[in-house]
Amino acid sequence: MKLLTHNMLSCHIKGVQNGFPFKIEPVKVEQIDADYDPDFLRHIYPRLEWKALCEAAATMGAPGLPEEVTEEMLQDDDFLRSFHHALLELVLEEGSLVCPETGRQFPVHKGVPNLLLNEDEN
Amino acid sequence: MKLKELRSIMQDIEPFDEPKVELEQYPTGPEIASRMLFTIDSVYDEFAGRMVVDLGCGTGMLGIGAALLGSSHVIGVDIDSDALETAQANLDSFEDIQMDFLQCSISDLDRQPRLRADTVIMNPPFGTRRKGADVDFLRAAFRVSRGSVYSLHKTSTRSHLHRVAQKELSAASAEVIAQLRYDLPASYAFHRERSKDIEVDLWRFEVPPSR
Repeated sequence: MKLLTHNMLSCHIKGVQNGFPFKIEPVKVEQIDADYDPDFLRHIYPRLEWKALCEAAATMGAPGLPEEVTEEMLQDDDFLRSFHHALLELVLEEGSLVCPETGRQFPVHKGVPNLLLNEDEN
Repeated sequence: MKLKELRSIMQDIEPFDEPKVELEQYPTGPEIASRMLFTIDSVYDEFAGRMVVDLGCGTGMLGIGAALLGSSHVIGVDIDSDALETAQANLDSFEDIQMDFLQCSISDLDRQPRLRADTVIMNPPFGTRRKGADVDFLRAAFRVSRGSVYSLHKTSTRSHLHRVAQKELSAASAEVIAQLRYDLPASYAFHRERSKDIEVDLWRFEVPPSR
């Protein structure tokens, strides 16, 4: 699971109010090369929760994203490359996603988060 | 990419090991998948540079195709871990493409407000085993997509789907863009004939604006 996917997921247990973002507990993180596309980064940026991406990237071993992003930065190649790396090149292979409200752990195995709920959670 | 080339790539994608009847796991064949993907790419250009979700991705055929055609990020969602394992293996047989998978029930997506895509693609259950499964998928697709939804449905449900899309889902548009033949191999024991052609519509929906 890449951090772009992580940025789009919330804990969907019934009744949970603040299920975003999942805290990542990494066991195995891989780095893969993805095609660098500045237009896509600018396209997707408005839909991201930036703080959640920064924290997730730090947890996954890539700290150093700036706290604030300006319009100029979205034109800056150095910034865009670090943004690209955090968003699309860090992959959580094994570990878990932890709901910030309930502490419920959702396992991530072979890169795939299992978000299936138990009957009493639905 | 040419249709022929796409079809030949799709032919190497493995079907379900043991399809589960309750999930209506009919494979999307290479013929129909490549036609669907080719049309979306060449006529509407709604893959390249976009964020795509494949709902009920099964063995990953459509999502992998979207990634091959230049989607920037593809997420395949399925409830079944066996299908996802096959999908991951199928994806791994390609070198330069990537896709994420999520194990999640379609019915839980109404509580995933941040999971949004530019384009949703799917080959949902036809709703023959569990009535209404096709429309449940369509509802979920309308939640997830910010732009368009491409979906395969039995031609016999055309007028029903039109009503659902317009009345319930307030679609900005709902259009059958191709009629295809779904060559359904006899996947299950209760299929008496060896193989049967089913008439299938490829739909393109546009979700209502300003959400």
